[in-house]
Amino acid sequence: MRRYGLALNINLPAFSAGDAFIVLIVGVVLYIGARLAFYAPAVVSGPTITLAPAALPWYALVSTGRMAIAYLFSLSFTIAYAYTAARNPRARLIMLPLLDILQSVPILSFLPVVLLSMTTILPERTGVEVAAIVLIVTSQVWNMTFSFYQSLTTIPTELLEAAAIFRLNPWLRFKTLEMPFGANGLIWNSMVSWAGGWFFLMAAESFNVGNRDFRLPGLGSYLQQAASVGDTTAILLGLGTLIVVIVLLDQLVWRPLLVWADRFKVEMSAGDAPPTSWFYDLLNRSWLMQQFARRVSHPSAERIDQRIVRFFDRRAATPSVVPAQRRRSLIAIGAGVIVVTLIGYAALQAAGMLITLPLNEWGLVLQGVFATFLRVAAALAIGLAWTIPVGVLVGSNRRAANFLQPVIQIFASIPATALFPVIVLALVGITGSLNTPAIILMLLGTQWYILFNVIAGTSALPQDLKYTTALLQIKGWARWRTLILPALFPYLITGLVTAGGGAWNASIVAEYVTFGGQTYSVTGIGAVIAEATASGNYALLLAATLALIISVVTINRIVWRRLYKVAEERYKME
Amino acid sequence: MAINTINNATTTPLLELKNVSRLYGKAPKQFTAVQDVSLVIHPGEFVCLLGPSGCGKSTLLRMITGLNPVSAGKVLYKGQPQASVNPHATIVFQTFALYPWLTVQQNVEVALKARGVPEAERRKKADQLLDKVGLDGFEGAYPRELSGGMRQKVGFARAMAVEPQLFCLDEPFSALDVLSAEALRGELLELWTTKSIPTEAVLMVTHNIEEAVFLADRIIVMEKDPGRVLAEVEVTLHHPRNRKDTAFQALVDKVYGLVAGRTEPEMEALGTAPGTPGQTKALPAAVFNRLAGLLETVDAEQGNEVDLYRLAEDLKLDLDDILPIVEGAEILGFATVDQGDIRLTPLGEAFATASIVARKEILAGRVMRLPIIRWIYETLQKDDNQRIAEDYFVDQLQADFGDFAKEQLDIAVDWGRYADLFAYDEGSGELFMEEDESAK
Repeated sequence: MRRYGLALNINLPAFSAGDAFIVLIVGVVLYIGARLAFYAPAVVSGPTITLAPAALPWYALVSTGRMAIAYLFSLSFTIAYAYTAARNPRARLIMLPLLDILQSVPILSFLPVVLLSMTTILPERTGVEVAAIVLIVTSQVWNMTFSFYQSLTTIPTELLEAAAIFRLNPWLRFKTLEMPFGANGLIWNSMVSWAGGWFFLMAAESFNVGNRDFRLPGLGSYLQQAASVGDTTAILLGLGTLIVVIVLLDQLVWRPLLVWADRFKVEMSAGDAPPTSWFYDLLNRSWLMQQFARRVSHPSAERIDQRIVRFFDRRAATPSVVPAQRRRSLIAIGAGVIVVTLIGYAALQAAGMLITLPLNEWGLVLQGVFATFLRVAAALAIGLAWTIPVGVLVGSNRRAANFLQPVIQIFASIPATALFPVIVLALVGITGSLNTPAIILMLLGTQWYILFNVIAGTSALPQDLKYTTALLQIKGWARWRTLILPALFPYLITGLVTAGGGAWNASIVAEYVTFGGQTYSVTGIGAVIAEATASGNYALLLAATLALIISVVTINRIVWRRLYKVAEERYKME
Repeated sequence: MAINTINNATTTPLLELKNVSRLYGKAPKQFTAVQDVSLVIHPGEFVCLLGPSGCGKSTLLRMITGLNPVSAGKVLYKGQPQASVNPHATIVFQTFALYPWLTVQQNVEVALKARGVPEAERRKKADQLLDKVGLDGFEGAYPRELSGGMRQKVGFARAMAVEPQLFCLDEPFSALDVLSAEALRGELLELWTTKSIPTEAVLMVTHNIEEAVFLADRIIVMEKDPGRVLAEVEVTLHHPRNRKDTAFQALVDKVYGLVAGRTEPEMEALGTAPGTPGQTKALPAAVFNRLAGLLETVDAEQGNEVDLYRLAEDLKLDLDDILPIVEGAEILGFATVDQGDIRLTPLGEAFATASIVARKEILAGRVMRLPIIRWIYETLQKDDNQRIAEDYFVDQLQADFGDFAKEQLDIAVDWGRYADLFAYDEGSGELFMEEDESAK
């Protein structure tokens, strides 16, 4: 049974020089953003969002369009990055730790900086659009890249040697070996990324602080507007549309892709039933598609292959000149020196900016990180408390699983950020504080990871261990302690690592809300970031964002990676 | 059947290796996989590279085909130095190396496609080759639907598709069951002796002595640590060869004697402790339980002595499986090997018949003579807590064994644990001495 979520690299050292360099680069990028923010327009007028049901198809279309554009960028980036990292050992020294950090960093914290800098260098509306896409790309690209990189580096040596001995050129090698080998992992991670993308899109579409209304026309802003004016019909219509879009994409795109890629599985494990898709079967059987394959796609693929073979043959015939390569490596060294110098300069500037921050504001940052940490811990604890019993029940009871699994999947597919305005609408009036809604948002965004992992872990329990436990008359709490909890441990850790990352992310939108013309906020690092954005305190924005990133990376390295290692080495059943 | 033209001075060799070496890693953790190998392959020859695992025979094959670069020396193909992958050579792989998502037909065709052969021609040629290896009717099947033997037939068809001059095989039958392997061996021999493939020479890597004697015109025997050529054996028996033939068996026995070597005098065999001058000898990769089983098996033989060749046959063990175990028995002083025969020493006999507790005591005395294990024991004893992380030992061993340091430590821990000298805590990755042990 596969686990759902982040795979930590337990072979990396706890902290390395590479990590420091990467945090430095992230800091520099954020600094440049914060620097640009000084020139950001003080007032950003948002779009008018109409709640008319007739506008929903259009909103759904533009939201999906943003997702699609972002996904295409992510895919191209994935292939290029994974290839470079797999081929070039020197590049790998930086590229791997970079992946490891960026996939665990709360990307949503980049949102304010990205929005401010994009609206500075681009026309307002275009800037916001670009910022949303940049945000989605940075949220979804890392796990895809990691997966494809791992596929590329785990191809069996003999398959690679066969490719070399039969002289497959790079294109044929990609087509017959590398792409098929990576396809399953890539599609699976694309689905995860796409689901995560909705979370960020909804947040980006409905983000507004102070006088800056960064909202974008789309389903996210529609839901926010509907909650803001308390229009229940519009809320339900908006949520319904969102669910329909998600389900349609799953049925028409992802399922068929999974079925198609099933042929690329290297080994068939008996336990996994092959995926099915009615839409794929329909396409596969249709006369039109068959004709298309026979007359158009197959011959043209053949022509392309032949042309590329001839291209590589010609290239092999012309001997390469050695001095040219030497010149190229000199250029590379020169470029490297310039880049490092620039990074050093910018890092100094960033440090200069941080020094200007008064001590009491540093206090705010620390206090915020701590408050958010407590909130994240509370959300994870609540998540564990209900998902373990429910997950074990569902995982060990086939009938319950058949009934509940689809229901859970639909609930899980709704991005928590889309529901957030609704929760605020319902709760802020009652409790008067944003604390409960914030924890609920964190919980909503993350509990599913834990639940899915608990279910997967329970159904992976070997039957003979269950029998042995029954024979030994181990019951009740003893049964949990000797059988269930140890077996679930690796699954729980994977779930918690992923959930933890999601919860920190949620803090950015959960702790500060402009709602119905009123602003609510609670103590927390997310609120500090949002308030700094609203008031134009860019040094504070930089400090808070960096503090958040460094805290999360540190917690990951010190707590989660250690537990993950224990899970891999002690509790993994194989 | 006189198809071989061995050592015919008038033909230019098809392939020539001149003092070829292959090193891995950087000093001081450098590891020599292949050392100073020179050999010649002539057109018309079927040559086997034979040796225990770790002797670098597969590495050598990869240098011959240009898949791996050489660290020193030269590879000449038809007198020309070789710079990259040899376009006239092909390999049949041990694990078949078929693309699981391509059909049988597509797997054969892809080799032709890479050479720009048009589609119609590709199809025709693949059909012919699949007919030749007896796979007609399976063109549309996926590799996972086929048995191991049939998969390897696809491997053969694909290799033949590119019409290689030098046909290389890397342990092509070792992943197959006995019957499939036998059938395929016969088919390979038939293709070769009837000249129905346009190949000039065959080079096969194997660790199966009988297989080499059955197929080859010449056997190049290699040894390990470091990998180098030990001897060359001509096989002049006529095809078809009969395994029950006395001449055949005598030859197998002779090669076994070469490969298994002869028990060395003690001091030379044991080497020195890690971190001290002199060479530290590697422990053979033998799980101790299997070693004990071997001693019991030999003990049951008449005169506590048996032909290694027969023993391997009886136990259904490959050369690769049995050699490390035999070597283990040798360095512990439980057995001696001479001319392909293993014989228990009195100590070995005592061990084989002893109780479990007595065995531990005998073994404790014996393994303490091995420098690596003695060094681990003494290092632990000197430690205040008598508890040291395994990484420490791995680090120390790296100077002698490079990438194989962890493997060496694992063997030492296995033996040491069996002898009750020290224990290992998997959770913390530490070696430690048990309380009662230090009290003794």
